[in-house]
Amino acid sequence: MNTQTEPNVTGAASVDLKIVPRRHIGRWVGAAAVVLLLVWLGVSFSRAKIDWPTVQEYLTVPVLIQGIGVALLLTAVAMALGLILGVVSAVMRLSKNPVVSGVAWLYIWVFRGTPVYLQLLMWFNLALIFPVIGIPGLYSGRMIDVLTPFVAASIGLGLNQGAYTSEVVRGGILSVDEGQTEAAQAVGMTRLQAMRRIVLPQAMRVIIPPVGNEVIGMLKTTSLASAIGVSEILSEAQHIYYVNNRIMELLIVCAVWYLGAVSVLSIGQFYLERYFAKGSSSRQLPLTPFQRLKSIFGTNRKALS
Amino acid sequence: MTTNVLVRAENVHKSFGLIEVLKGINLEVNSGEVVCLLGASGSGKSTFLRCINHLETLSNGRIWVGDKVVGYRQDGDRLYELSDKEAAKQRRSIGMVFQRFNLFPHMTVLENIIEGPVLVNRVKTAEAKRHASELLARVGLEGREHSYPRQLSGGQQQRVAIARALAMKPELILFDEPTSALDPELVGEVLDVMKDLAKSGLTMIVVTHEIGFAKEVADRVAFMHGGEIVEIGPPAEVLGNPQHDRTKAFLSRVF
Ligand SMILES: Nc1ncnc2c1ncn2[C@@H]1O[C@H](COP(=O)(O)OP(=O)(O)O)[C@@H](O)[C@H]1O
Ligand SMILES: [Mg+2]
Repeated sequence: MNTQTEPNVTGAASVDLKIVPRRHIGRWVGAAAVVLLLVWLGVSFSRAKIDWPTVQEYLTVPVLIQGIGVALLLTAVAMALGLILGVVSAVMRLSKNPVVSGVAWLYIWVFRGTPVYLQLLMWFNLALIFPVIGIPGLYSGRMIDVLTPFVAASIGLGLNQGAYTSEVVRGGILSVDEGQTEAAQAVGMTRLQAMRRIVLPQAMRVIIPPVGNEVIGMLKTTSLASAIGVSEILSEAQHIYYVNNRIMELLIVCAVWYLGAVSVLSIGQFYLERYFAKGSSSRQLPLTPFQRLKSIFGTNRKALS
Repeated sequence: MTTNVLVRAENVHKSFGLIEVLKGINLEVNSGEVVCLLGASGSGKSTFLRCINHLETLSNGRIWVGDKVVGYRQDGDRLYELSDKEAAKQRRSIGMVFQRFNLFPHMTVLENIIEGPVLVNRVKTAEAKRHASELLARVGLEGREHSYPRQLSGGQQQRVAIARALAMKPELILFDEPTSALDPELVGEVLDVMKDLAKSGLTMIVVTHEIGFAKEVADRVAFMHGGEIVEIGPPAEVLGNPQHDRTKAFLSRVF
């Protein structure tokens, strides 16, 4: 510190003063409190009437691993369908053609307005009202053969997701300046080319965070598919604990698997967001976890705070 | 110079709802000519410019660029609006530079410039890149291929936007107040590039408030008021000895 009383600023400035960044004492205290709480929780759970060896044993049981695999696959398929439907219906809703935008509006109204559980049951039971399915002259088959539980769940979850994603995508598209479309048209692009090459990539920045959340939501929603006979992890766990009565242990196994899967998905989301942030600002790319840790506890001046 | 008309606007009317913004504009621009459009804000300059590349539909009248009616197909006494695809095809040969640059922020300078040629004109990427580098040199930005727009100053961004328009090898470029969003010290660098283009024989229609530029570069100056061209002629006449009261009032405010 400069203790000079005379206002000789030039003199003081020429000295090379070492800059000591703010120390984050509060963060260290907070972290200590959290660690204590976790230790306490850990101790109580280890003393509770949970048979930890059973948990460990079932963690690697093939049917459960298959079950989380089915959940992930269903998430991927339903989300892909949801994204496609979401983008298409969002573009349709923004169309100047009232029939086109009306159709999209109707789709969103129906599929957002009814419970997804109900929709799943309806898809699964579609064979009751349409016993045969087919394209006249080309193909025909029994509905129950075509609409297996997995297919029914994919369609049901995907259509429902599309209705939600549509609104997210629409918001993203509207967040892009109209001048972008005009500039694209001025170099000879059609409206659709402008949408695909110019508007949607920029809208992604707004779209990805909520869609990332929806992927995670979808992974958990797939457990509803057990209601129509899809063998995902939760239904498999139930089959096991109906027999051996190790209810809590098996539920914990499921929780571990879900948490693991969600963590992997979150990492994917993080890097996707980073990718679509390019060009938005040269300096404000989100930090990678390693950079972030350094910035929270380190004394690196370039860091967040 | 042979008087070879490139742009012909005939009785162009445009209304937004009940408000008539363009009230019968007639204008011919020769190939290689630079025409500056002056006029107070709200007089319809941008709207007219946007009609020339069919970013706006017309309410009445016709505009030709080359031998084609822009945005419409004439059949007997009717004009049928072209499909989006056909209109897009016509716009390939008409460049446009915007007041707020409108560069694509998610693409580098190079990607901004080659996007049109590669996607629309099906030019080979390598060839488009080579041309883009040439154009960047021409607008004084050699070596900035890999910058993102946000890393550039306004003047640099506008020069990239000009290079982007040139990359399509247009026969006509429309400029809508290209320097109005720039800090005063950056205006000169953009105007210099535009002067250079004018000298090279490009046909340009320039909406601007830069009287000095109009005086020096324009072959003709048109003054718009209330959706009409009220005065048009060589810059020395329109700017030096305006006849219309509105032109006089406008110029006295600008100087
Ligand atoms: N899309 C639009 N809808 C309604 N009115 C518009 C639209 N675009 C322009 N106008 C109106 O048309 C008039 C002329 O606008 P403009 O061509 O932008 O003038 P200038 O470029 O000369 O300032 C203004 O009164 C403006 O409010
Ligand atoms: Mg304007």
